[in-house]
Amino acid sequence: MELNEIAEIEIDTLLDAIRRRYDYDFSHYARSSLKRRINGLLIKEKLDMPYQLIPRILYDEDVFNRFLSELSVTVTEMFRDPEFFLHLVEFVFPVLNTYPYFKIWHAGCATGEEAYSLAILLKEAGLLNRAKIYATDYNNKSIDIAKRGIYSIENTAASNNSYRKAGGKYKFCDYYTDDHQAIKFDDELRNAITFAYHNLVKDGVFGEMNLIICRNVFIYFDSQLQNYVLKLFNESAISKGFMCLGTKESIRFSILKDNFTTLCEKTSIYRKKE
Amino acid sequence: MKETINDINFIAIGVSAGGFEALSALVTQMPAKFSIPIAIVQHRSIDSGAYLAKHLDNKSQINVKDVFDKEPIKAGSVYLAPPDYHLLVERGEYFSLSRDEKVNYSRPSIDVFFETVAEIYPKKCLAIILTGKNNDGAIGLAKIAATGGLAIVQDPKSAYALEMPIAAINNVPTATVLSLSGIVEYLLSINQN
Repeated sequence: MELNEIAEIEIDTLLDAIRRRYDYDFSHYARSSLKRRINGLLIKEKLDMPYQLIPRILYDEDVFNRFLSELSVTVTEMFRDPEFFLHLVEFVFPVLNTYPYFKIWHAGCATGEEAYSLAILLKEAGLLNRAKIYATDYNNKSIDIAKRGIYSIENTAASNNSYRKAGGKYKFCDYYTDDHQAIKFDDELRNAITFAYHNLVKDGVFGEMNLIICRNVFIYFDSQLQNYVLKLFNESAISKGFMCLGTKESIRFSILKDNFTTLCEKTSIYRKKE
Repeated sequence: MKETINDINFIAIGVSAGGFEALSALVTQMPAKFSIPIAIVQHRSIDSGAYLAKHLDNKSQINVKDVFDKEPIKAGSVYLAPPDYHLLVERGEYFSLSRDEKVNYSRPSIDVFFETVAEIYPKKCLAIILTGKNNDGAIGLAKIAATGGLAIVQDPKSAYALEMPIAAINNVPTATVLSLSGIVEYLLSINQN
């Protein structure tokens, strides 16, 4: 047997231990990036081989929590991919505007920057008071950060720049207070978003959504898990509801592609068929 | 140079500063039905959008495109890592993308890409480092060589920026050093169609 095949058994065994001990299933994560994350944790834990993680994770929940953080923390920022937000405002908001009340599910919200970006644009469109935003993630630590709505001030210049590119009408600084180290988003924005735990791999449908946003989460899943989650989104969305994926994520390789029409190919905005 | 050229199933190219010209010279020479899939990590700005792929596609016989997540890997195409995503290959002949931290101040990073290529295509890949002003790719190229893949580096003398080729040669002394036109010639020589 080749060495790399043996290494596969090693990873499978680690993931199996995690699944049975903590009920988190990573077996359908995209393997190459999963391996890079595991290697990142090995360096931090001063270990050489994935199998050495098995006893530590089985008997020490703190090590598992560090594993979870290593896997789930994604680099995110305000108004990332401004063009997506431009298209959201241009193509999706006018339809949301026809509803007296609507629900948005932001799945895989990480530390919340995109959820606040969305809330700001909804406010500028005069839609925020009719919106119920659910922002979910499977990392409770990230959700806590998101709930606080406090972020380092050092990214503010970049955020302001992206806010402009995303079609922001006023000033980014209208939406937060700062103490020279951190910014805190206004209560109006924070109150509009319900941050909650939800694991796309094992938790169920979030009902009757007008809009589902799940960007740059699918890239970490294999095709089988993508299909599973797409089915979940399909069941969670209302008829003719919207679904937005990351700019480089596409449903074109999925068996569920015929359940949706493509509204904007460039920014991966889809609409559920009737 | 490796004799059993039938064994090459994947060609990986890493390039940085000066890449636009180098790729324009290289990719445009590839025939439409080139028998081995080619994937390229070119460092470029987030705002550069789809321009590079469009430009190369227009000027080339071979199909050139930015990679979508989980895109199947097929011969007859040149794939480009999209800006702001790491490019990885997966078992089962398809790509995946990631937005993990930058590596060598770069996303996409050549090291990240080459490391996964070394793992998925051991003994069956060819990796090429072209012009560039940093040392991204040197570690990845060493992994390619260590797992039995072929390593080629653009001759620093023929490169717009020589730092990246020199770093790669220093890290992989066994790499074959060729001029850009020499690399094109070699690629054409291993084409099975």
